[in-house]
Amino acid sequence: MRTSYLLATIVVLACASYFLGRSRAFAVSRSCGGVRGLHSLPSHYGMWTALWCALPALLVCAVWNAAESPIITSLVVAGLPADISSLPPNRLSLIINDIRNIISGNITSGTPSPAIMQAAEHYRALQAISVNAMSAVILAIMVAAGIAVRNRISPALKARNKVEKLIQILLFLSSAIAILITVGIVLSVLFEAIRFFKVVHLSDFLFGLSWSPQTAIRSDQVGSSGAFGAVPVFAGTALIALIAMLVAVPIGLMSAIYLSEYAGKRFRTIAKPLLEILAGIPTVVYGFFAALTVAPFIRDTGGLLGLSVSSESALAAGLVMGIMIIPFVSSLSDDVIHAVPQTMRDGSLALGATKYETISNVVVPAALPGIVGGVLLAVSRAIGETMIVVMAAGLSANLTANPLKTVTTVTVQIVTLLVGDQEFDSPKTLAAFALGLLLFVFTLILNIIALYVVRKYREQYE
Amino acid sequence: MKQPTTNPAIDKVNRGLRRRYRAERRFRICGATAIITALCFLFLLFFSIVANGYKAFQKTYIQIDVFFDPAEFANENLATANFPGLVKTSMSSLFPEVNSRGDKKELFYLVSPGASFQLMQLVKNNPNLIGQQQSVWVAANDDVDMLLKGHIDRTRPETERRVSDKQLAWLDALAADGKIKKTFNTTFFTSGDSREPELAGIWGATCGSFYTLLITLSLSFPIGVAAAVYLEEFAPKNRWTDIIEVNINNLAAVPSIVYGLLGLAVFINFFGMPRSTPVVGGLVLTLMTLPIIIIASRASLKSVPPSIREAALGIGASKMQMVAHHVLPLALPGMLTGTIIGMAHALGETAPLLMVGMVAFIVDIPHGFTDPATVLPVQIYLWSDSPERAFVEKTSAAIMVLLIFLFLMNAAAVYLRKRFEIKW
Repeated sequence: MRTSYLLATIVVLACASYFLGRSRAFAVSRSCGGVRGLHSLPSHYGMWTALWCALPALLVCAVWNAAESPIITSLVVAGLPADISSLPPNRLSLIINDIRNIISGNITSGTPSPAIMQAAEHYRALQAISVNAMSAVILAIMVAAGIAVRNRISPALKARNKVEKLIQILLFLSSAIAILITVGIVLSVLFEAIRFFKVVHLSDFLFGLSWSPQTAIRSDQVGSSGAFGAVPVFAGTALIALIAMLVAVPIGLMSAIYLSEYAGKRFRTIAKPLLEILAGIPTVVYGFFAALTVAPFIRDTGGLLGLSVSSESALAAGLVMGIMIIPFVSSLSDDVIHAVPQTMRDGSLALGATKYETISNVVVPAALPGIVGGVLLAVSRAIGETMIVVMAAGLSANLTANPLKTVTTVTVQIVTLLVGDQEFDSPKTLAAFALGLLLFVFTLILNIIALYVVRKYREQYE
Repeated sequence: MKQPTTNPAIDKVNRGLRRRYRAERRFRICGATAIITALCFLFLLFFSIVANGYKAFQKTYIQIDVFFDPAEFANENLATANFPGLVKTSMSSLFPEVNSRGDKKELFYLVSPGASFQLMQLVKNNPNLIGQQQSVWVAANDDVDMLLKGHIDRTRPETERRVSDKQLAWLDALAADGKIKKTFNTTFFTSGDSREPELAGIWGATCGSFYTLLITLSLSFPIGVAAAVYLEEFAPKNRWTDIIEVNINNLAAVPSIVYGLLGLAVFINFFGMPRSTPVVGGLVLTLMTLPIIIIASRASLKSVPPSIREAALGIGASKMQMVAHHVLPLALPGMLTGTIIGMAHALGETAPLLMVGMVAFIVDIPHGFTDPATVLPVQIYLWSDSPERAFVEKTSAAIMVLLIFLFLMNAAAVYLRKRFEIKW
């Protein structure tokens, strides 16, 4: 809460300094024949003052908040009695956790010892000092910067150019965040994955045929081996994605063709938004639908036909995922079919071809690269889809091509390995990051190819 | 005046004509079938959810006569008073003939464990009640609720249903006395999560969603618009901006769970931010929606015709003034539409939030950005995992609420587009 008050103060002070700078600009303009004598508009001088006031303050605030917690913690640890501060790091971090819990009023593990209570008191005192110091420093910076800039305002100051340059830098930084996100994804996943591959060999992971990521707490435990062969997981992902595509591609493609080539205007204005509703439904809803309605239905129908169907069959998850992807395929195909020039259709029709022949011999071949690109994007979507498979597919990693059996997927494994408490030194947790890395790399390749194909295709007819 | 054709090519065409028309018809029917299949799935989805969930908006109450015995309130502290005892006494007084220990247990099972909290609240609000007799409607247990809504089959053998024959008899007696009623389920909209289905509500998750989305909106909208303005208006055409562009398009297609991994590794492990809080959830969703907003904003900026820019520059505006005073206001409706769609996306997102620990079981209503919280879709996920039959109903009802929110957001986006779209 304290940070939000501080932010509010910074905003208020920045607004005040805007008016300060503006009125100063009016004041100095009197000496040189009115506002026209200024280099820039008075508001530019105001903005210049406000920016100089706010930006350093925000920067200090951000750095302070990031650095505060580690510094205080190390000070508190240094102040602990020797028998506690010499504990191994993991025990020590438990104690630090306890101290933090005492401060925020949460329940601690066991009754805290007086030394820990004292440390908590110490922590609290340091925190109070830090808050006060930060507020004081920031206010001082803002006032000093405001006054300094105000005194520098003169008719010759090129305020507009400076303000615009600064804003342009801010705009550039915003767009650079996109790069930062990618770098963040790659680094965060890569580092943990590398730690994983130090424990489990890369080839064991990529080509091993058995997946059971349970590692033992005690070494004599049953089933403690912890096999990290990811092939069954990949096979399960591929199987479910394949079922999904078998549902989505024919239905999506045919819908797109019908809507763009046959349907009347009225039908289109009703059917198209309805199809798009399918795309807007959250995946957790599809997951619930799959688990509650589709999976039991398939299991019971299979039972009637004398088949043994698992209640978490790949078929149910794949079918519902296919439904989810229908609008994705159809809207992408619709786009590319629309991009095929009308003259090509007219040419074919004029030669006496029926509409079906025009579509199958002219429109679809011309749109094929775009359609393939769209399908690739849809595949990458199916592979990365999480909630449907978490709720409707199973956990046991079976290496099977039978859609009636239970399989597991990459995303399911990531979720089950990472939800709940984790320790970041066991291969079990790190395996999730290795799977995440593969998922990211694979979808990235698919996306790059797909986007490239779609883009090339668009250029062809523009 | 039809002349018999002698041209063999025409004859050949005519012979094939019937087959070709048949193929044409077949194809057309295929297309129509595809659309109808897709729409059937949509209908089936909505139907199964509404059919499962519409009864959750009603809740069963049982009327009991409570005597607030002054002896129980001898102690000043209300929390120490034996409210469960009061409920049990009142239930026993309804059926004085029930004596055995086992039977009493079954009888007390009919009312929700929340009943004693309800009584406590009553006394807290009105201490004068002590020493008085008062009839109170208390929530029934979820199994009773399910029975009265017809989800538990009375005709099944006793061992196969969750309500015993004795309980059925008591309930029938209560119903005959008019001591059972079903009213609108306000608990569902006002309370947080609970292990007892009859006490569980979505208000906690709704607040969590609100705080999370507030963070997402306040970060992703300004940053997204700024990035789009830079890329569209200022960026020089060089390799760097090309990379940024390809990058953004790729980010929009990265699986959402990967963003969850990023949040876990960077925000929680590296920066040590608190788990399960709207701050972290909001940050993760910001990263996820940012590409969507940037792409939509760029499209919107692109649709502003160059003549506007040239006119502004022509009368002496600087480039920044041209953008801020002319291009941005014209592009803003499109940007807002894109932002609303991005927010709707974020509202329905579940997977990355599972990674940053927003799946915790949280009873309290969150009151800030750093309180542990959960969000609506995660609440749906949590409930869908619960074994009680009553939670199926609750899950479907929560889905309906979520879909209504999404519908409203999308309607707002469509309205904005229709209202402010300018055809140049």
